[in-house]
Amino acid sequence: MALLIPQLPKGPYYGILAEFATPTDLYQACERVRDAGFTRWDAHTPFPVHGLERAMGLRRSPLPWIVLVMGLTGAAAGFGLQWWVHARAYPLVISGKPYLTWPAFIPITFEVSILFAALGAVLGMLGLNRLPMLHHPLFRSRVFERVSDDAFFISIESWDPRFDASATGKLLESLGARSVELLES
Amino acid sequence: MSERFHPPTLAAAVMGQATIPPGHPWNRLPVVGAGCALLGAVACAILGAANPKQFFFSWLVAVLFFVSLAVGALFFVLIQYASQGGWGIVVRRVGEITFATLPVIAALFVPVLFGLRELYPWAVPGAADHDALLRWKAPYLNVPFFLIRAALFFVIWSFIALAYYRGSRRQDLTGDPRVSARLRRFAGPGLIVLALTSTLASVDWIVSLTPHWYSTMFGVYFFAGSFVGFIALLSVVVVAMRRAGLLDTLISPEHLHDVGKFLFAFTAFWAYIAFSQFLLIWYANLPEETIWFKARMQGSWMAVSVLLIMGHFVAPFFYLMGRTVKRKGPTLALGGAWLLAMHFVDLYWQVMPTLHPEGLRPSVLDAAALVAVGGCFVAAAGWLMRRQALVPVRDPRLAESLAFENA
Repeated sequence: MALLIPQLPKGPYYGILAEFATPTDLYQACERVRDAGFTRWDAHTPFPVHGLERAMGLRRSPLPWIVLVMGLTGAAAGFGLQWWVHARAYPLVISGKPYLTWPAFIPITFEVSILFAALGAVLGMLGLNRLPMLHHPLFRSRVFERVSDDAFFISIESWDPRFDASATGKLLESLGARSVELLES
Repeated sequence: MSERFHPPTLAAAVMGQATIPPGHPWNRLPVVGAGCALLGAVACAILGAANPKQFFFSWLVAVLFFVSLAVGALFFVLIQYASQGGWGIVVRRVGEITFATLPVIAALFVPVLFGLRELYPWAVPGAADHDALLRWKAPYLNVPFFLIRAALFFVIWSFIALAYYRGSRRQDLTGDPRVSARLRRFAGPGLIVLALTSTLASVDWIVSLTPHWYSTMFGVYFFAGSFVGFIALLSVVVVAMRRAGLLDTLISPEHLHDVGKFLFAFTAFWAYIAFSQFLLIWYANLPEETIWFKARMQGSWMAVSVLLIMGHFVAPFFYLMGRTVKRKGPTLALGGAWLLAMHFVDLYWQVMPTLHPEGLRPSVLDAAALVAVGGCFVAAAGWLMRRQALVPVRDPRLAESLAFENA
């Protein structure tokens, strides 16, 4: 089970959480945090903020590649299974067609590709997001409860190489944070 | 009241890039098109006199190609209205201009009517005398009823096309949001009418070349090809316009991306329909159904069939899958130009084995007919392009379309 449920690195502190009043404040703060060279951090908003991924300097997700590889694997598996069953293991003549009736194999090949690609998309998304995680230190914060309502947050994790409890906190304050708190693990 | 909803200031700001300025090379499109049309028509007249049967088949393929592009454009614009799509408003006029050429295309269909006996076995007098199936189908497949239907299809399509073209143009002047509301209300019923008429037209003009054969899926197949064809044309035209300095800051990579997504999705849809039609017929293996595919799986026609599988599906499917390809003008236009060519090959493959069952026999008349009909299409579209802005400048949702971003 421990393998299936991702864990955060050990340490006394999870990191620093800063609250911002408006999407604009958050957007500008994100650009500064990005330019300061932080890598292990995130922004949290009640609704999608357009262009925030650019302000955060996020690279494109590798998810499409996972889906493509899974889809192709599914196609090979679907076709391979039918080929093995019909042409190798149990060769039967069905309605006078050859054993390797590839046109008849296409619908199943297609469906298995879709199945594998969809599983790749869902499981890949969960994996890349480190989910399912039963508890997250961010939920210790009372202020963070407003993340689904009207507040905007930046969290910087303590295992970021540039993290320093007091200096990072001061940086976020200087960026216009309404409140800054240090969260325990 | 209408002024409040869509300030003319945006229209004025957009206008500069949205009209073809005097002296711009695109002003010559009608002349260039007419020149091509004349050249093609002369070639058709000279070569066609020696080989009328080949001429009628070549002309049929060429006309079907542009009919399908115009019908595809009608589907595209009506779907945009019915679904209240926002992103596509900035490219909508390309569709409106494409289908506004339908009256011209209807006129270009007339030569086909003179070749019915050459084209359609059921139209030969006495054909039904010794053919029980043709006798049974005669109440539908007879020359007078065929002519009535063809006239009806073009009248209905032209009526819808001109209603949408004129409504959109009127809105350019008045900015009245009720135009959008009215056209949206008619889009749903219009799509049903369009689906029925294009299905029947494809059966009349393509399926009845082999009058014993039938496929209940053919209408959808024709739609799928038409839609891919129009989106391919759209992607080429949009990129060409940007290169020619028209709409170059209005149409962003975000819009190109969405056109590319449509192209990708409907390439897959075409393959899905084409394969479904093939699989059901191939698996059931009934002679009266397999005859059509048998003709296309023999000799050099098999090579064209393989080209369609690879070139109309496999290659563009993987080519258009990536994000960057769809967002860059040259790569998107390359995919569009390729699929436009493949759409022509698809129609050629549907029609020509009737004339040349022995194998692929390309003719100069194929090219001549394409140049003649294509020249008329370009001339008509070029003339329409000069009549108004190249985007619906006072559509109430133009600002939304301009600001569109893929999430």
